[in-house]
Amino acid sequence: MQVLDDLWIRIAVWFRGLLESFLPPWAVQLTMDVLGILLLIVLGIVVVLAFTYMERKVIARVGDRIGPNRAGPFGIFQAIADAIKMLTKEDVTPTNADRWLFLAAPIVVIIPAVLLYAVLPFGRGMVGVDLNIAVVFVVAMGGIPILTMLMAGWASNNKYALLGAFRTVAQLISYEVPMVVALLTVVLLAGTMSTVGIVEAQASFPFALVTPVAFVVYMLAGLAELNRTPFDLLEADSEIVAGYFIEYSGMKFAMFFLAEYINLFMVAGMITTLFLAGWQWPILPSWLWFLIKVVVVIFLMMWIRATFPRFRIDQMLGFAWKALVPVSLVNLFLVALVAKVLEPGWARTGVLFVSNLALLAGAIAIMAQVARKREERARAAGEAAIKRYYGSEVR
Amino acid sequence: MQDNYGFLGLYLLIAIAFPFVALGVAYLLRPKRPDPVKSSTYECGLETVGETWVQFKAQYYLYALVFVVFDVETVFLYPWAVAYNRLGLFALVEALIFVGILVAGLAYAWRKGALRWM
Repeated sequence: MQVLDDLWIRIAVWFRGLLESFLPPWAVQLTMDVLGILLLIVLGIVVVLAFTYMERKVIARVGDRIGPNRAGPFGIFQAIADAIKMLTKEDVTPTNADRWLFLAAPIVVIIPAVLLYAVLPFGRGMVGVDLNIAVVFVVAMGGIPILTMLMAGWASNNKYALLGAFRTVAQLISYEVPMVVALLTVVLLAGTMSTVGIVEAQASFPFALVTPVAFVVYMLAGLAELNRTPFDLLEADSEIVAGYFIEYSGMKFAMFFLAEYINLFMVAGMITTLFLAGWQWPILPSWLWFLIKVVVVIFLMMWIRATFPRFRIDQMLGFAWKALVPVSLVNLFLVALVAKVLEPGWARTGVLFVSNLALLAGAIAIMAQVARKREERARAAGEAAIKRYYGSEVR
Repeated sequence: MQDNYGFLGLYLLIAIAFPFVALGVAYLLRPKRPDPVKSSTYECGLETVGETWVQFKAQYYLYALVFVVFDVETVFLYPWAVAYNRLGLFALVEALIFVGILVAGLAYAWRKGALRWM
């Protein structure tokens, strides 16, 4: 098992030794760094191909269909066929568009997405760079795509695209706040912003058990940041066709698509790292544990996509500001208070778990109450309107 | 530490090169047959009416304002969270007051209807 656990690191060490036999030290370091980065980027693309295939299969199965099954056995080459298709498609730039901004948006959107992999710990000792401000780095890089979506929507000079872009900005900045506060809770518990440090802090308890509220909030905000159902109203097909990337085709569209799926993997990876103890847990090699957890989280997201209908924009924004932000702030101080009173251990985890569940139940109860009242009010208003229209002796 | 940022700098350079390489390869492979209808604005087959770049709903702006307040707040809170275990009870009270002021701001915006979609 130990051999399997260290497999990739051993290969890296062996390769380094090979390079050292004929290269000066600085060149060895440079080559290793460049190879590592290229490996991360290639991994990013492979992951995208794998998850587009998985998504199509999962959604198809939920919808009682078969999904891709023509290209290769079980259609596993479908994703590769798609990639080739994207490469050879004509790239149309609308005459009305702002040409340079239109070109810049897909270039800028992919850069932060690719950069994010640098801080994701894939296994024990397998991280691009163990940055001591990794969490802030992730938040910062996650903020750049918002700008590029507005660039794309504005540059397209298309009303659907512009509507989509405005919705994107409103949604993403709204869900950024609860997301960041949920991250803050984890940072507070771990006492570090390094992703490796956070994983190591979860040796005894994964943070999903310590603070379920932060986990749920981060999961929901993550879905919103990814523009996935039920928060996909910025590319709602039935309303605004495709949203901000409606005018994009060929490789430029593929850049947006790639960035979206890289971010999907990244959010699932962050959920794994921050809440599910990352690569820890016994028996299986660390990198395999990481992969299993990420796939489970992504499967959960696909399941949600296949199950829930889309929000309306007022519901979506209201949910962020009136539900998630207060709940995550209350949770932050709840965790801070308990962390001050109790020492780390079973007692603290138990108290936090129970109080978090109570907070979650309370929040859901209040939301249900508000929703019920609103429904009653709407029904009363509707009945009054009918009465006004038909007179009092209706039916 | 220096090494870390050196690595990130190198990563940034390669990340910037990546979309150019991808778009460049596509540029070599793809067909180029523009025609006026194809490159007109895509609005489901209908011709587009009026300007797109007009003044837009101010509602979005209000959300952006509330967001800026909270985003700046979190920048201050991250160092607090990292050092929390080494700080006394004072730090907790201090942060509570700080966030309390911001929550009062949120409550004010809520009362004023800035969070209501119109």
